[in-house]
Amino acid sequence: MDTSYSDIAAVPQRPRWLLPFGIFATLFLIASQAAALLMSAPDRDMGHLQKILYVHVPSAWMSMIAPAIVFVASVLYLWKRQAKHDMVAAAAAQVGIVFIGLTLIQGSIWARPTWGIWWTWDPRLTTTAILFLIYAGYLALRAFAEDEDQRARWSAAVGIMGFLNVPIVYMSVRWWRTIHQVQSTPDTMDATYKLGLRLNAFAFLFILIFLIALRYYIARLERARTAVLEERTLAGDKIHV
Amino acid sequence: MKGGRKKIGAALALIIVLSSFGYLVYGGIGENIVYFVTPGELLAKGNDAYDRPTRLGGQVVPGTMEWDADALDLRFTLQDEDGQIRVHSQKAPPAMFREGMGVIVEGKLTRTGVFESSSVMVKHSNEYRPPEDGHPKPEDMYKSLIRES
Repeated sequence: MDTSYSDIAAVPQRPRWLLPFGIFATLFLIASQAAALLMSAPDRDMGHLQKILYVHVPSAWMSMIAPAIVFVASVLYLWKRQAKHDMVAAAAAQVGIVFIGLTLIQGSIWARPTWGIWWTWDPRLTTTAILFLIYAGYLALRAFAEDEDQRARWSAAVGIMGFLNVPIVYMSVRWWRTIHQVQSTPDTMDATYKLGLRLNAFAFLFILIFLIALRYYIARLERARTAVLEERTLAGDKIHV
Repeated sequence: MKGGRKKIGAALALIIVLSSFGYLVYGGIGENIVYFVTPGELLAKGNDAYDRPTRLGGQVVPGTMEWDADALDLRFTLQDEDGQIRVHSQKAPPAMFREGMGVIVEGKLTRTGVFESSSVMVKHSNEYRPPEDGHPKPEDMYKSLIRES
């Protein structure tokens, strides 16, 4: 610990559960993937390509949960005006866009051998690409906005509006004609695939929670560092960074 | 002027977000969006059906597929409840292509009544089932998929 900080109490401590939980989430993900790959039979149409299900579908689910967290945190910020809610929203957006990107890439890799194409502008794919753009815009806005309060307010507005696209992405395969199939249900999926999908859904959820918590902790550290530097500047110290 | 540049950046970011959102609400993805038309709908357009870039989707009528691997010549018939259209393509069918399946083709309906397709896409159902006896072995299909690409 750097004792030269003028106010050590202000430096956030890493939550005790963070590291053990991260290790647990990683091991659980590895075990779930192994179980799913080894236990399930190849699909009668697509053979082993079916295995992409165990990363594509959980990623897609996380691509909806993360925006939901951004939405709730944004509402809380506008209501209570506390910086922590703004920081949670930012963390969830940063992690969320990774999962949206993964969903698009995995889907493309799956589409080539099954549909015969890498990409097509069907409503499901298009709305998902827009979802990616919305959170790219959200993060760009955060990167450029100068004033902290203004940034938090604008981001919250975008975080709330952007979430409206999530139900559209979800329902797109039911509302419009698409090449993407409608959601599978337990009835359309043989028992051999269900356990693997459910295990990996939880594995991805744990990873999502861990990454958001980690990013939130880093944001708090950055904030504390900025506060210390500003304090020193005010005190007339020379800053050595 | 660092502050000025940041303001421009913020404005640009906001424009990106709002325009994606605007496109979503008012643009291509309105209630009118139709990713593909069915054979019955295309034929019902009469004169407007011909020689326009079209995405046509339907079911491959069992028994209508002709595939000449040497000449790269693929023909099959797509149908819905209201009509049938013969499709011609000069590309190999995707490995998942089966008669009876949902298929989407991109191309143009010619005056001869044949749909000239530049790309054939297979629509997979939301069902995941292990192979039954009599189906081609998944391992063999997997190998053929790799050979294909």
